[in-house]
Amino acid sequence: MAVRNCLVANDWICWDYVTSRAPELADATLEHVWITAVSVLIGVAVSVPLALLARRGRRWAAPVLGLTTLLYTIPSLAMFSLLLPLFGLSAALVVTGLVLYSLTILVRNVLAGLEAVPEEVREAARGMGYGPARLLWQVELPLALPALLAGVRIATVSTVALTTVGSIVGKGGLGNLIAPAVSSSFKAQVLTASVLCVLLALVADLLLLGLQRMLTPWTRAGRPVRVKGA
Amino acid sequence: MGVVGKAFGWLADGANWSGESGVWHRLAEHLLVSGIALGVACVVALPVGLWLGHVGRGGALAVNLSNVGRAVPVFAVLALFMVSPLRSAGYLPTVVALVLFAVPPLLTNAYVGMREVDRSVVEAARGMGMSGGQLFWRVELPLARGLVMTGLRSGAVQVIATATIAAMVGQGGLGRIITAGFNTYNTPQVVAGALLVALLALLVEGLLVAADRLLPGRGRPAPR
Repeated sequence: MAVRNCLVANDWICWDYVTSRAPELADATLEHVWITAVSVLIGVAVSVPLALLARRGRRWAAPVLGLTTLLYTIPSLAMFSLLLPLFGLSAALVVTGLVLYSLTILVRNVLAGLEAVPEEVREAARGMGYGPARLLWQVELPLALPALLAGVRIATVSTVALTTVGSIVGKGGLGNLIAPAVSSSFKAQVLTASVLCVLLALVADLLLLGLQRMLTPWTRAGRPVRVKGA
Repeated sequence: MGVVGKAFGWLADGANWSGESGVWHRLAEHLLVSGIALGVACVVALPVGLWLGHVGRGGALAVNLSNVGRAVPVFAVLALFMVSPLRSAGYLPTVVALVLFAVPPLLTNAYVGMREVDRSVVEAARGMGMSGGQLFWRVELPLARGLVMTGLRSGAVQVIATATIAAMVGQGGLGRIITAGFNTYNTPQVVAGALLVALLALLVEGLLVAADRLLPGRGRPAPR
């Protein structure tokens, strides 16, 4: 029975593992995807108002940027553990941690995008009778979109990687498969879950690149928008 | 408030600081592993990044390296090492993983730092008859210092953070206090460990900022 062999021999690459544990792998991948997606979406929703706040002047910019940078310094294991008393062992804990991390990149990029909107464009819109809300929604945000989406790409890729650490509270998507496989030295499971995780990051990056091209066709002709490093 | 209060209680108990799984031993492990890894990463990344920046080649590689680094899960890499023969090599799996994760930001920032040096200054230096070596040591390197130090800071913080995750695969370091707390359902210990790790990361960041200010050779901040 050659079929049983690769599981028994504990090979690195084992197709039989993939087929026999397909439901388990699919569940873990699905959990990984939704935790990442929810975290990045909430991250975007939180970072836009924070960037608008930071834009109001140095008095706001320094604390907002300082705080979001400081958050990134906190090791992920510590972040998830510090949130434990607040959330208990739940997916909300992992999502909260990931949202906090994504803010570092997202707030910077949204701010860079908003600041890159030419003053003449704002003046023209005001002259046409645009109020502040309409100016933001119909002029500034669309023009800031390339920088925002560039930030979303970086944030998504790093969130996919960080989600694995959520396995410390049992909500780590593919990380949930890696953790027990280390203690039992189950090579095929560690490798398969790791490869899936990297693939997930790649696919997400490509999908977002597609979205970026679709939403901001005008950027393709010229130079890509340059975004300051995180 | 209860849990945080108990976490400080845990930290105040001297018994938790001594012995094999005590704070002092874990802290020493953490610093040893991080220090070695950061040293090795500097030796590998800085010459390559600075040289590529000096000759102006390999830009796409140098810049994209740090983005690729973000995509690779630390935990998965450590897990792969721990099911390979590296497992029985003491601290080696952690050190190798830490080096892998510290190299990209160091290299990228060294390269970018060299390339951001004002081209007209470089041209002027060449016009004065400086050789490649003189240009590198006396013009480019001093001007690139700011960004290189930024890379060093983010590399160091990266290393401290990654050394924590090593605990999830049973390796030493401060993260072990957190995982041990999880395994015994001791939430105050988990929070105490997390506080220690977060403090260490912030402390290292702060120390490096201070060291950068105090060290000689710091010119005016680079105009952005």
